[in-house]
Amino acid sequence: MKKTLTALTGLALAGAVATTALSGSHGNEAAMAAVKARKAQMQLYAFNIGLLGGMAKGEIEYNADAASAAASNLAALSKLDQSRLWPAGSDNMELGTETAALPAIWDADSDVMAKGTAFVEAAAAMEQAAGGGLDSLKGAIGPLGASCGGCHKAYRQPNN
Amino acid sequence: MYNLLRYLSYLAIIGLAIFWFVTRPERLDDTAMAGLDADAARGETVFWAAGCASCHAAPGAEGEARLVLTGGMEFPSPFGTFHAPNISPDPDHGIGGWSALDLANAMRHGTSPAGAHYYPAFPYTSYARADLSDIADLHAYLMTLPASTTPSQPHGVGFPFNIRRSLGGWKLLFAQDGWVVDVSGDEATRGRYLVEALGHCGECHTPRNALGGLDYARWLQGAASPDGKGRVPGIAPGQLDWSDIDIAGYLTTGFTPEYDVAGGHMAEVVQNLARLPEDDIRAIVAYLRQVPAAPAQ
Repeated sequence: MKKTLTALTGLALAGAVATTALSGSHGNEAAMAAVKARKAQMQLYAFNIGLLGGMAKGEIEYNADAASAAASNLAALSKLDQSRLWPAGSDNMELGTETAALPAIWDADSDVMAKGTAFVEAAAAMEQAAGGGLDSLKGAIGPLGASCGGCHKAYRQPNN
Repeated sequence: MYNLLRYLSYLAIIGLAIFWFVTRPERLDDTAMAGLDADAARGETVFWAAGCASCHAAPGAEGEARLVLTGGMEFPSPFGTFHAPNISPDPDHGIGGWSALDLANAMRHGTSPAGAHYYPAFPYTSYARADLSDIADLHAYLMTLPASTTPSQPHGVGFPFNIRRSLGGWKLLFAQDGWVVDVSGDEATRGRYLVEALGHCGECHTPRNALGGLDYARWLQGAASPDGKGRVPGIAPGQLDWSDIDIAGYLTTGFTPEYDVAGGHMAEVVQNLARLPEDDIRAIVAYLRQVPAAPAQ
């Protein structure tokens, strides 16, 4: 009798787990699409910052036109409307390792918008600075990195 | 029988006396800081190199607010949750009443002005290697910062770890004020001071034993994150294979060689290091090159 009960409990548990996993995958499709788009956006940031950072580090020869073009791209990217990129439920509590976005982004007291604005401003400052000589570019790269770090410090799960 | 009991109780008393003696909080000599010429401007560099604001500014503070050392950051650990205290110059809630000697006793020996042991969430195991002149400068700088009247939070630590006297035994076992790595050259020597003393990098990047003591044989080889989530990466040779320029760039801008960016506590560290002169960043890189390599995985 006891064995039967244990087996039944086991079956019920397995069923519950399977149901949760199924409903999870359905509800998450929209969220996963947004996560993919976010990552693509971040890669475009990194691609453009890569040229600017390489010049700042002396790994790539400074070229005012190329630096300006990359910085303008970055500034334009920073101004894209992101409202559909961050649907509720697209955090790492819901999606596990698919994203490092912490649920705190959606908290009532979240300052993620202010931190996003700081990035837009740093990208605009880089757009102004990048074509004005290597020293000018170097002066803008630190604040740009700090503005990226602002969000990643507070709202991204460290994944080391 | 009576004699045996008496003998045992003598033994117990002697044992207690020895325990009391070896676990007493250590202090510097009262004159240790005498004659040091404290300079708040130099102290500001010490402040950023030592990363005080990372833990003692209010969580989430940015800009000027990082100079208000109101405390409040939580440190979850296997022994309980520690809270960074208020170390602003407020005389009641902060350290406004502290002398430079009090600060030196706290940083070098983990001993409070009242003679109690601090928990090693406060990284005195690293600050033990700090120069007294730097501590004098730091004290002068801290006293120029804004005062905060926010009371410090009590630590959420249960028995037996709430017996502070037992920390004397912990210090006896694990505190080590000598250098961890033998280095050559002025640049790497400066880097060692920044990494092993002020920067207290080993506190997160070096694994700990079951009692929370640092495993010096695996220095900077990576560790479980103290909050139990994820890992802090190893930065010993063989693990961190970035170029010198890439490491220096990361430490000052937060950008990795792939132009991802530092997150979590390391983002705080980058904010601090960005305030240091370029020579100091190069010194840190020079030191990291001389750390014993991690065994191949």
